Amino acid sequence: MPVVVLPDTGWREAWRDAARRLAAADVPPDEVAWDGVAGLFAPEPLPPAQPLTVPRAFVDLADTVLCHRDPERFALLYRLLHRLRHERGIMGNPADPLMARLEALAKSVRRDSHKMRAFVRFRELPGTDDAPRRRFAAWFEPEHFIVARNAPFFARRFADMDWTILTPDERADFIKGELSVGPGAPKPDLPEDASEALWTTYFTNIFNPARIKLDAMRSEMPVKYWKNMPETQAIPAMLADAERRVIQMRSAAATVAPARAAQISERYRSAMPKAPDRIDTLEQAGEAARHCTRCHLHCDATQTVWGEGPADARLMIVGEQPGDHEDLQGRPFVGPAGEILAEAMGKAGLAREEVWLTNAVKHFKFKPQMTARGGKRRLHQNPDRAEIDICKWWLDLEQRFIQPKLTLALGGTAAYALTGRKEGITRRRGKVEETEGGPVMLSWHPSYILRVPDVGAANEARAQLVEDLRLAARFVA
Amino acid sequence: MAGMTLERKLAILSDAAKYDASCASSGTEKRDSRTGGIGSTEGAGICHAYTPDGRCVSLLKILMTNFCIFDCAYCVNRVSSNVERARFSVEEVVSLTLEFYRRNYIEGLFLSSGIIRSPDATMADMVRIAKTLRVEHGFKGYIHLKTIPDASAELLDEAGLYADRLSINIELPQDESIRELAPEKRPETIRTAMGRVHLTREASRDRSHKGTRPAKFAPAGQSTQMIVGADRANDAAILSTASRLYTGYGLKRVYYSAFSPIPDASSVLPLVKPPLMREHRLYQADWLMRFYGFEVDEIAGVAPSGNLDLDMDPKLAWALANRADFPLDVNRASREMLLRVPGFGTKTVNRILGARRHAVLRYDDLARLGAVMKKARAFVSVPGWSPKGLIDSADLRARFAPPAEQLQLI
Repeated sequence: MPVVVLPDTGWREAWRDAARRLAAADVPPDEVAWDGVAGLFAPEPLPPAQPLTVPRAFVDLADTVLCHRDPERFALLYRLLHRLRHERGIMGNPADPLMARLEALAKSVRRDSHKMRAFVRFRELPGTDDAPRRRFAAWFEPEHFIVARNAPFFARRFADMDWTILTPDERADFIKGELSVGPGAPKPDLPEDASEALWTTYFTNIFNPARIKLDAMRSEMPVKYWKNMPETQAIPAMLADAERRVIQMRSAAATVAPARAAQISERYRSAMPKAPDRIDTLEQAGEAARHCTRCHLHCDATQTVWGEGPADARLMIVGEQPGDHEDLQGRPFVGPAGEILAEAMGKAGLAREEVWLTNAVKHFKFKPQMTARGGKRRLHQNPDRAEIDICKWWLDLEQRFIQPKLTLALGGTAAYALTGRKEGITRRRGKVEETEGGPVMLSWHPSYILRVPDVGAANEARAQLVEDLRLAARFVA
Repeated sequence: MAGMTLERKLAILSDAAKYDASCASSGTEKRDSRTGGIGSTEGAGICHAYTPDGRCVSLLKILMTNFCIFDCAYCVNRVSSNVERARFSVEEVVSLTLEFYRRNYIEGLFLSSGIIRSPDATMADMVRIAKTLRVEHGFKGYIHLKTIPDASAELLDEAGLYADRLSINIELPQDESIRELAPEKRPETIRTAMGRVHLTREASRDRSHKGTRPAKFAPAGQSTQMIVGADRANDAAILSTASRLYTGYGLKRVYYSAFSPIPDASSVLPLVKPPLMREHRLYQADWLMRFYGFEVDEIAGVAPSGNLDLDMDPKLAWALANRADFPLDVNRASREMLLRVPGFGTKTVNRILGARRHAVLRYDDLARLGAVMKKARAFVSVPGWSPKGLIDSADLRARFAPPAEQLQLI
């Protein structure tokens, strides 16, 4: 029976070498003793080295599991390596009992590594005259053999200082930018560090005594690590005092506010923007609209999207409602539909700067949608009649102050808002209708052009939008 | 305040900062100090300690000052409170951050502040601290800046250059509550600032032929916090606000913070025991929305009150109310449906999908793959296991719900 004797240092490399030889020779796992103790029979020498290929996932798993303290790790890993010769797919099957066992070992090593990154506490050492770099050292007691694995992390993080991490089994030193790993040492006497008192002050005060959750603390910060963490010494006193502090907060009567408080509040509040008392101008109407709470849509949307353009525009173009982009930027027609409109206006010889652009409804109405795959979107929802009717107040004000020669309604919502009838864009488009607010013409909404699945229909609608914009331009000329 | 020790200031200004739940340091770009400076961020966050309230300490979470001209009823630092005040200098914050960092106490800084003089003046000081750390000291660790919603857009833009994460607290789930309890805050400017961070961040991504790259502006994204239990909003309202914030502004996280007693409380808000279980259920529901494909109405619609069941997790409550969808054949069900099984997490579901390509899964396999079978068994079938009458039994809920608490005579 082959017996593998692993050395005290360099056992990772020794295991890899032995396992490679044994697996290449197809030696069954039950015939290998990994504990270095020969049985009744004289040990056989290891088979010769031969090339052996294994999946990348095995290399990663073995590197991790080898750091575990369990002496069985060598035999378990070899068992998997041997099976890989015949069952290539086993790495992808987490339900296999051997895989599950090794994965559990790996998980324990990963957790211990993570906790080492979290719980190592450096103390500053006195400087030396010849070394301009600051010097630090830490004593740490991990569960597994993880120092070599973790040392590069500390080297990347604490690159401008010299440091040493000592543990019972291994040590890592980073001196003048050179990282080295060696055998462990007994616990050293490290000098006191004044920062530990400040750190404990922070730890004590960031704690909320009204919400004690000891199990959560202990499961994430296992007690076995506490002895090398200075702040944990404060925990008994923090707990002993917690209840008294909460009772004191509850029973304390409300105090009288400092004398200056009311004055400060009054001054700040009086300077806050608020809706104007009267609406006599277009600017006042816009300012008032920013504070609109006439319907419930304002709670969900980011902000009011008021119209924009010259106050004396001869043409006013009205869309349905702001979309996602418009809502975030606070400007009408700046999203994909806005691009379609801009292109059509360009073809019709209309500049954005000469037109008042606005929407029938001034707040974005949407339904949030999140998917298990991380998708996060706001799905546009059509405003209902009540919402359009309520928002008509603002559209009327825009028409009243701007007095456009023509208002172009894009899509059914704007058509309804301006003429009281939604339907029949196909038949009604391109014609001037008289309304109380002045002459109105209807056309397609650019988002209809984006949405309609049939390319032919989309192109036709696009051409008709340009045509209607031309008519409108001629009408107001 | 003259003569106040650094230790006293630290005590006051960390005590004042603890009502912000977030301490995350994950999800930012990869950086390290091999080319100069100090510090690193490698994707995963690290919690360097845990306090007895079960919360992680990852960052030095402090206020620059707890002087404040605002009067938010729920806040210990409101102008009308008599709490002891302090103020750090820029140098003090920078030095505390670096010295704590060098001893491996923290991942970086989470800086918030009361509002002094004006929103712009306060924000400018905060930005100066972040800039000093980054530019003068080459600090590569994590920086989270709590931004002041009414500060100018230019300051917000500059903050995102130095900070990994920006956050703006929505504070309360409903606009009326914000206007009532935080009269100086305006819900629309809070949302507009979030929208601006979102747009600036998206615009900062380099487009390459391989797709989008990580954002340079606030690479760890933005987050927010809602106080639970200070107003009358039910869980349905809280979760629907959260889903609007996630979808509208690409938030990484919404934090829920059970309203808890504060020193020198306002008479407007009653001090109650913080609703910790409610907060916990909201986090579970939040997870279901983000990673399990559940909609708000599905989770919050189980009970007519619009509140989550405090006795059991929201997925189990949903499954009990939708028993017709179960038992589920684990060997054939879609990923979407597997995610809906109580006791199956996302990792378990991924492992199931991987493992069932190799073999037909049986009951013992599911436990090995990480499923919590105490919950899942009533909702799944595999060869050799069927819940039979279990799924229809009238007392299924009672099997999961904790026994009713005995009333006590006093």
